[in-house]
Amino acid sequence: MIAVIDYKAGNLTSVVKALRYLGAETQVTQDPEIVRQAAKVVLPGVGHFQSTQLLTDLGITEAVREGVAKGVWFLGVCVGLQWLFEGSTEAPGTAGLGHFAGVCERFPAEYESAELKSPHVGWNSLEQIRSDSKLLQGVEPGGFVYYTHSWRAPLVSATASVTNYGGAFTGVVERENVMGVQFHPEKSSAVGLRVLKNFVEL
Amino acid sequence: MLTKRIIACLDVRDGRVVKGIQFVDIIDAGDPAELAHRHAAAGADEIVLLDITATHEGRGTLIDTVKRTASELFVPFTVGGGIRSAKDAALVFDAGADKVSINSSAIARPELIGEIGGSFGAQAVIVAIDARRAAGAADPVGEAEVFVSGGRKATGLRVIEWAREAEQRGAGEILLTSMDTDGMRNGFDCELTARVSAAVQIPVIASGGAGSAAHFAEVFGRGRADAALAASIFHFGVTDSRELKAELQRAGIPVRLPC
Repeated sequence: MIAVIDYKAGNLTSVVKALRYLGAETQVTQDPEIVRQAAKVVLPGVGHFQSTQLLTDLGITEAVREGVAKGVWFLGVCVGLQWLFEGSTEAPGTAGLGHFAGVCERFPAEYESAELKSPHVGWNSLEQIRSDSKLLQGVEPGGFVYYTHSWRAPLVSATASVTNYGGAFTGVVERENVMGVQFHPEKSSAVGLRVLKNFVEL
Repeated sequence: MLTKRIIACLDVRDGRVVKGIQFVDIIDAGDPAELAHRHAAAGADEIVLLDITATHEGRGTLIDTVKRTASELFVPFTVGGGIRSAKDAALVFDAGADKVSINSSAIARPELIGEIGGSFGAQAVIVAIDARRAAGAADPVGEAEVFVSGGRKATGLRVIEWAREAEQRGAGEILLTSMDTDGMRNGFDCELTARVSAAVQIPVIASGGAGSAAHFAEVFGRGRADAALAASIFHFGVTDSRELKAELQRAGIPVRLPC
């Protein structure tokens, strides 16, 4: 059973729909106990980092911390990936899980003397795919996925693939049982479904 | 590299896809859910469903159509038409839409942009602008005017100023439709699109006038569009997105291929 955390993220329905399409059993929940007992946990997300404050308020942050320490598979999507880091300049008062080091920052308004539009919206490619990534098995370098975000996670040793927009940022992060994708696999056609399928089949 | 998006648009009336020529003549083009899936399978990067009757007939959006269309559709899906409040938007999101497109209702009450964005995120709000060049003006493009109610009512607002305001109020994207070129298949209004794109930092989707791959290449190049939308060019088998993208790729435009 995959516990999908409901903290009113806009893409909750789409993420659940995609997981069920792939044959996964899912339970949408706000209950830290259910999160503690789940074999796998998915944290959807889109929108403002501030919304993740609810996770701490509900006791879910603690439940996830305990879960991942004992090996529960965890996948964060979009803001769900950002939450795995220490925080985001989008909401400096809201702490992330801090599983990965670093703080998420806004795209710069300019890059290499050219205007950089923000949000970064659309299909961009996954590059430098780490061959040992469980999440990206079967995904070719250059495969396209759908992004929509204005903040991005820094590059870390656990970065499993990067995407280039105003420089390279972490498109996928993965260390053992803890994973995150900045793009929206539930909206990324065949490549996105492949990533979710890889998670479902872990 | 971020690619240029090809967006297939379904104008829906009474639960059927229709296509107008300059907002007037209507031709039946099929079932929305079926066409949405066909477009996605044929390589469209995104699907937009616009309920073109909602505003002036006062009907709600077609929630059932949205649900049916969103089911098993794994590309971004936008719904517009008849969304007047954050509550209307919530119903559409619940039915499976990823973004809403608002037009007349944002002009009537610009706070709506921030209200929907506040609850669902800026990325979920597209402000659609129906634009007509100011014929006879010193700068017909710079003074282009915003129209509402399916192009029937002039607002007195300038397109570039309204696009900037929409951005400031929290829109995630601008969908710019040229009423001068819409349905004519003679190409997008590249001058107007480029002016709006330069005026805002958010992505601009060009709409109105797609007739060939060359038109898309033009609007992505000189028109500075981030995405381009078309309806009729796809519905009647002129080409599909994959074919279109292959041509764009040959023209040096970054597109999602293979798809």
